[in-house]
Amino acid sequence: MSKKSIAQILVGIDGNTVLLGARKIKSKLIAEINKHNLSAQIQVVETGSIGPVNKGVVLGIYPTGEIYGDVTEENVAEFIQERFIKGSPYKKLLLSEKLRSGIDLIDYDSRKTQHYGRIVLENCGKINPEDIEEYIGVGGYEALGISLEKKTPEDIIKTVKDSGLVGRGGAGFPTGLKWSFARASKETRKYVICNADEGEPGTFKDRLIMEGDPHKVLEGMALCGYAIGADTAYIYIRGEYQLSIQRLTKAIKDAEKLGLLGKNIFGKNFDFNIKIKIGAGSYVCGEETALLNSMEGLRGEPRLKPPFPAESGFLSKPTNVNNVETFANIAPIILNGSDWFRKFGTEKSPGTKVYTILGHINRPGLIEVPMGITLREIIYDYAGGMSHGKFKMAQIGGTAGDILSSELLDVPLEYQELQKLGHNLGSGAILIMNETVSIADFLACCMKFFVHESCGKCSVCRIGTKQMHNAFKRLEKQEAYFDELEIIKELAEELKLTAFCPMGQSVASPVLSALKYFGKELIQGVNPDKRHEPVTRDNLEPWV
Amino acid sequence: MTTKEIIKKHGNKKENLLQILHDIQSQNPKNYITEEDINTLSREMIISVSEIKGTASFYTMFSFTPRGKYIIRVCESPPCHILGAQTIFGAIKSKLDIKVGETTDDGLFTLEGTSCLGICGVAPAMMINDEAYGNLNEEKIDKILDKIQEKEKI
Repeated sequence: MSKKSIAQILVGIDGNTVLLGARKIKSKLIAEINKHNLSAQIQVVETGSIGPVNKGVVLGIYPTGEIYGDVTEENVAEFIQERFIKGSPYKKLLLSEKLRSGIDLIDYDSRKTQHYGRIVLENCGKINPEDIEEYIGVGGYEALGISLEKKTPEDIIKTVKDSGLVGRGGAGFPTGLKWSFARASKETRKYVICNADEGEPGTFKDRLIMEGDPHKVLEGMALCGYAIGADTAYIYIRGEYQLSIQRLTKAIKDAEKLGLLGKNIFGKNFDFNIKIKIGAGSYVCGEETALLNSMEGLRGEPRLKPPFPAESGFLSKPTNVNNVETFANIAPIILNGSDWFRKFGTEKSPGTKVYTILGHINRPGLIEVPMGITLREIIYDYAGGMSHGKFKMAQIGGTAGDILSSELLDVPLEYQELQKLGHNLGSGAILIMNETVSIADFLACCMKFFVHESCGKCSVCRIGTKQMHNAFKRLEKQEAYFDELEIIKELAEELKLTAFCPMGQSVASPVLSALKYFGKELIQGVNPDKRHEPVTRDNLEPWV
Repeated sequence: MTTKEIIKKHGNKKENLLQILHDIQSQNPKNYITEEDINTLSREMIISVSEIKGTASFYTMFSFTPRGKYIIRVCESPPCHILGAQTIFGAIKSKLDIKVGETTDDGLFTLEGTSCLGICGVAPAMMINDEAYGNLNEEKIDKILDKIQEKEKI
């Protein structure tokens, strides 16, 4: 036992204990242990729910197996003093239960996902996605069957509303509310659309959901159709996702054969057909109104809102558009109820979130974790730490996302907390970068992407992205104008305020957050003596 | 399938235009949409030529110029960029002696830069037609391209 710690304190982390401040208690424990110089002997480990419920924050001690309940920040110091300095059980909070015997601590070390439980990715990797029987075997299409049998569309919308599910595409709009708008429309013809045009760089969660569990998405769509009163649905999927297209096509055929899609589903008076539309390589089509234009065979340029799609969407009919991950949450919510769903994540952002983690880390890939987890936990507990170098920054939410510096490593990743700081969770991509990455070069690359993907409809975005790209290239070469940073800031704010669609507005996110946290580094690219020259025919920069 | 048959398969409604363009392009051995195709589309679907061109040119996946049998699309987005996408471009350019947007003299390869391919877990990455390749380095690219070249010689 010389190298390994003698005792471990297990902190039960689940939806309830997080709300009661389990994470703060965890840091307090570590602080107290350090105060007594016991960090080599006592290790603090997070686990899933330890067992006792309604006992506040619960701690377990390994190997002795005692369990303490109702732990608060105030009594942590006394607890450490009594239990580890004096060495006797801390009777005040001791519970009668004991830790399960034969508990395997290795399990608790890293792969915590299984203790949290998954919703969206539950079946991924467990069932054969091309075999509908296997999906049915794990409870698939049960939610749809029960709903058609016993529930009214209003019941379903209420359950989705109560669950607190918000759209997982990036904007974070409450799903139940969106459905109720589409439901309210008196039109007889309505559409359900699944937005699978996952173009945000660094994001590939939807692809893995569609490849790993296509029926879950279809079931969620059918439930939505029943709820809002639509009988036709489309999946708009990007042309690059060949495997997803194949699997979904097969899944739709299989479901139709078994009468789970098509006419009179489950023998009831409910028809629902799903068709696939393939995109052709355009980022802005991920914006819902641009997607609708693209589906109608037009240029994928965004439309003016209002009218919102719930009023006038595909072919001017009421349309409900949701992201793949959002639909994948529906069947489990209907089957298990909204209270069950609320056990995951935080109070204001219930549920789990699927993240893709990338960059200079040891284990890039996909994780599904509760809302409210911190960047530090993602990097060190799930991604296996930095692959090389020191952490410098992370971009959350893809290329249109904010750049966070190391001071924000401990901010909980959930919609509200981030909004307080003026940031956004975005699509779920987390790009981790070490100190080898230059911020100016990185932003130049981001801007190049936007220059390419700007649809050209509004001039602020069409010209603004190009000007941004040039500015960051100048900064990278250390020959930026004396007032370049102020100009960039002004331009970014203009984009945020005046660009036509969310894509153009989002260009400001990486720029403004980089200016906020990495202004010192960026200013090194400025040449204080470089003044603006009048533009003439001879010195005009070529438009590439 | 002829262009007319493709239109018939999908139906001549405007909302099927993208699907029809996809099919027309992929059955052309040179991977592009010809002037003639557009004229036929315009007549059959009753959409003006300028509108079809406007729509098709909006999307990166459609081309109006002949391309190689194999289209190499290297991801240029930030996740691949920080892990060395520029090296990948360098390796392909020097091996095939083409720049971005060009086709090799034998009509085999076209090199294109593209936005995120959604396989960032194995960045830097590229696609050759429908096949995705990840965790690339110069050596790997050499092997991949050699293999295709050999296959095509036979």
